[in-house]
Amino acid sequence: MNMIVTPASPATPNGTTRPQVRIVIVGHVDHGKSTLVGRLLHETGSLPDGKLEMLKAVSARRGMPFEWSFLLDALQTERDQGITIDTTQIRFRTNSRDIVLIDAPGHAEFLRNMITGASQADGAVLIIDALEGVRDQTRRHGYLLHLLGVKQVAIVVNKMDRVDFSAARFKEISDEISAHLQGLGVKPTAVIPISARDGDGVAERTERIGWYNGPTVVEALDRLEPARPLEALALRLPVQAIYKFDDRRIVAGRIESGSLTAGDEIVIMPAGKIAKIKTVESWPVTPVAGRQGAGRSVGITLDRELFVERGDIIAHASAAPRETRRLRARIFWLHDKPLAKGDQLLVRCGPKESRATVVAIEKAVDPGELSSVENKAIGRNHVGEIDISLSNPIATDPYTENPRTGRLVIEVSGRIAGGGLVLSVDAGQRAVPVDIVPVESALRLDERSARYQHNGAVVWLTGLPASGKSTLAKALERRLFTNGGSPILLDGDTLRAGLNSDLGFSAADRSENIRRLAEVATHLARNGHVAIVAAVSPAREDRATARRIADTAFREIHVATPAEICEERDPKGHYKKARAGALASFTGIGNDYEAPQAAELVIDTSSRTVAEAADEIEQMLKTTGVLFDEVVDLAANI
Amino acid sequence: MDHLDQLEAQSIYIFREAFARLKKIALLWSLGKDSNVMIWLARKAFFGRLPFPALHVDTGKKFPEMYRFRDHYGKEWDLDLRVEPCPPIDAVDPTLPPAARSAARKTEGLKMALSKYGFDGLIAGIRRDEEATRAKERVFSPRGLEGNWDVRDQPPEFWDHFNASPPQGAHLRIHPILHWTEADIWAYTKRENIPIIPLYLAKDGKRYRSLGDQDITNPVASTASTIDEILIELEQTKVPERAGRALDHETEDAFERLRVAGYL
Repeated sequence: MNMIVTPASPATPNGTTRPQVRIVIVGHVDHGKSTLVGRLLHETGSLPDGKLEMLKAVSARRGMPFEWSFLLDALQTERDQGITIDTTQIRFRTNSRDIVLIDAPGHAEFLRNMITGASQADGAVLIIDALEGVRDQTRRHGYLLHLLGVKQVAIVVNKMDRVDFSAARFKEISDEISAHLQGLGVKPTAVIPISARDGDGVAERTERIGWYNGPTVVEALDRLEPARPLEALALRLPVQAIYKFDDRRIVAGRIESGSLTAGDEIVIMPAGKIAKIKTVESWPVTPVAGRQGAGRSVGITLDRELFVERGDIIAHASAAPRETRRLRARIFWLHDKPLAKGDQLLVRCGPKESRATVVAIEKAVDPGELSSVENKAIGRNHVGEIDISLSNPIATDPYTENPRTGRLVIEVSGRIAGGGLVLSVDAGQRAVPVDIVPVESALRLDERSARYQHNGAVVWLTGLPASGKSTLAKALERRLFTNGGSPILLDGDTLRAGLNSDLGFSAADRSENIRRLAEVATHLARNGHVAIVAAVSPAREDRATARRIADTAFREIHVATPAEICEERDPKGHYKKARAGALASFTGIGNDYEAPQAAELVIDTSSRTVAEAADEIEQMLKTTGVLFDEVVDLAANI
Repeated sequence: MDHLDQLEAQSIYIFREAFARLKKIALLWSLGKDSNVMIWLARKAFFGRLPFPALHVDTGKKFPEMYRFRDHYGKEWDLDLRVEPCPPIDAVDPTLPPAARSAARKTEGLKMALSKYGFDGLIAGIRRDEEATRAKERVFSPRGLEGNWDVRDQPPEFWDHFNASPPQGAHLRIHPILHWTEADIWAYTKRENIPIIPLYLAKDGKRYRSLGDQDITNPVASTASTIDEILIELEQTKVPERAGRALDHETEDAFERLRVAGYL
């Protein structure tokens, strides 16, 4: 059996381009979806030769009157049971549109197939049986259209022949469904009385519905608009893969919104690394010039070697997506087992995937019910709002800002189990999986301090690059160790090579870098060690965060060597590179270092030796209760 | 972006997802117009090369023009071509009608190739508009351990998120041109200047719209001797594309039975 009726390609030889619109027909089981499709094909002259005769024969063989729905219910199983199991597609033409009709099953059992079909649609026809009226699946499908982002919805009240074409009954149903949809923010484009079996209202306003003045179904379809690529929004290029088939290193993906061209300055999220687009690669002709807009699958090369991976999002630096480990989503759920608080999932946002935990279920309702009964878990074919904590940071947008990147799917055991819209992202919120129970140390703090002769502390050395932080840190480390203490050096650059290798130098990444340093250092301090942190940490706000985390263990030392001297020293050659423009986001040139206002100690290394500076630090640690006065204490213990 | 650009971008997206998410894939090259477009799209997706094998499951009964095409373009396009034979007709389900049984050899050949190479994904050039059961396909379509298609339990697939985790030993069919039509294929073939087998063009009032095994494929009446003329013919015809494929028409459900068993 063949479904192609007339070719729908606008790329016809005479060069006409007709808008192609994809329509899904949804509604309660047995309200007449497939029959309407059959009728539409017939009325628009789209049936292949011999199809009508074949349908008559198939119907007769089953001892049934002529059945339009057999046209689409092509599968043997469907014919035998008389229901549509899976979604299918068929094409035909109206006066001004090429229509791709997506027929979706109405049976609750096959909601996943309805979603599969409807997610591809630009517009929808929601069909309601005039006799039965609005049913649970009508409401459920209405709600799902909203969640799937299908905004153009035409309502069709079918089987008007069975209510004697009663205008009053039509108005009753029309009012009920319009009110329901408007509650979801969906405004019907038309409400049309029809008899799909007899043809009234499908392509013609017949006498029997003489009281109706609105459009026919064909006219309503003719007015639907195809979806437009989101070129006006900010650039979002989710990375699908990095290809190194030859000497080019090509970052490949599809532009979901916005546009790009060679020379654009971009940021790679969530790491926040900055680069420029060197070329836009293609085949057979490469490179390609000009802007590439939303909807294009492209490949780009960058002007520098950066670690980029599948799932990253490339954006313009001025309008980057938010990086988050926690978000709220409105979802539909298709899995047999209800979704509950504490469940472990796999979440996909475009090509990015992350393990995730459901932290809270804020709402859980059956969208088919009239009154929304609140549940603790989201049952199969139900909807809800959930808070998700992600184990990897992801870059995303709320769907109100970007309908393409602001949506996600949820997988359970390798199979898609649900999906929905990102309502909000909680930047900076830390993931706190519900089932984490910290294990406490077997040792008491006083046992450790008795051995080390000091309390735990976080000694935080901040200052310009080359101001002498690392040199001082190492001198302090040696001195404490010589005295039997337990110092541990945490160097910013060293941690960036491992723990923080996923971070770049955007403001957000620098903050996260500092937060992690502070967390690790605080953990050491709580176990009696002296964590010596040497990090530029230019932002006052970030150091305040570190102080909040380490609390009373925090000792801030401002290594306040004058900037000219730092630049003169330049042991790593960074100042020189930065002056030459080859080192982006370098602190030291310009005014981006925010000096501490209330540091425990300020040291200028240009006016004293390393030993003198170390003395000062040691003295400060004694007066602030970190180091014990060893002679006195030892004597007391003898 | 015009209509063909949109189709192309979507297909490239699918190819790149398949390559990223599966371990070992191959493209099924039937030598016909659809799979030639597929190879072209794959080369666009991967910047000129096919980074996985092209598999021709050979019934041994194709037209000589098809074999010449395969040998020529397999080299010119630098394909990693694997030709796999099909078992003899005796090895195939005898309850199938004759043409369907003949076609089912290909399913068996496919299964043999699958177990030989251990592919977890096969890229196939089927389209929704060709045939009603194909219209119900997913882009990433899971197959059972026996290569069978469970049409009653297809996973949800939306927003270009694909189910790409086949169970151990099973495989996925990936359909990068599922959303194309016959006319799209020809319009794109013309625009991109993709080579075709001349059997598609009319000679003596006949041409092939679809190419299969020589003994079960018939030409249709046509005067279309260029791609432009084919496009005009498609505008006007109400004859279905696979009218010349005997296996589709033997019984009401012959094709569905083939597909459930693992046919393309």
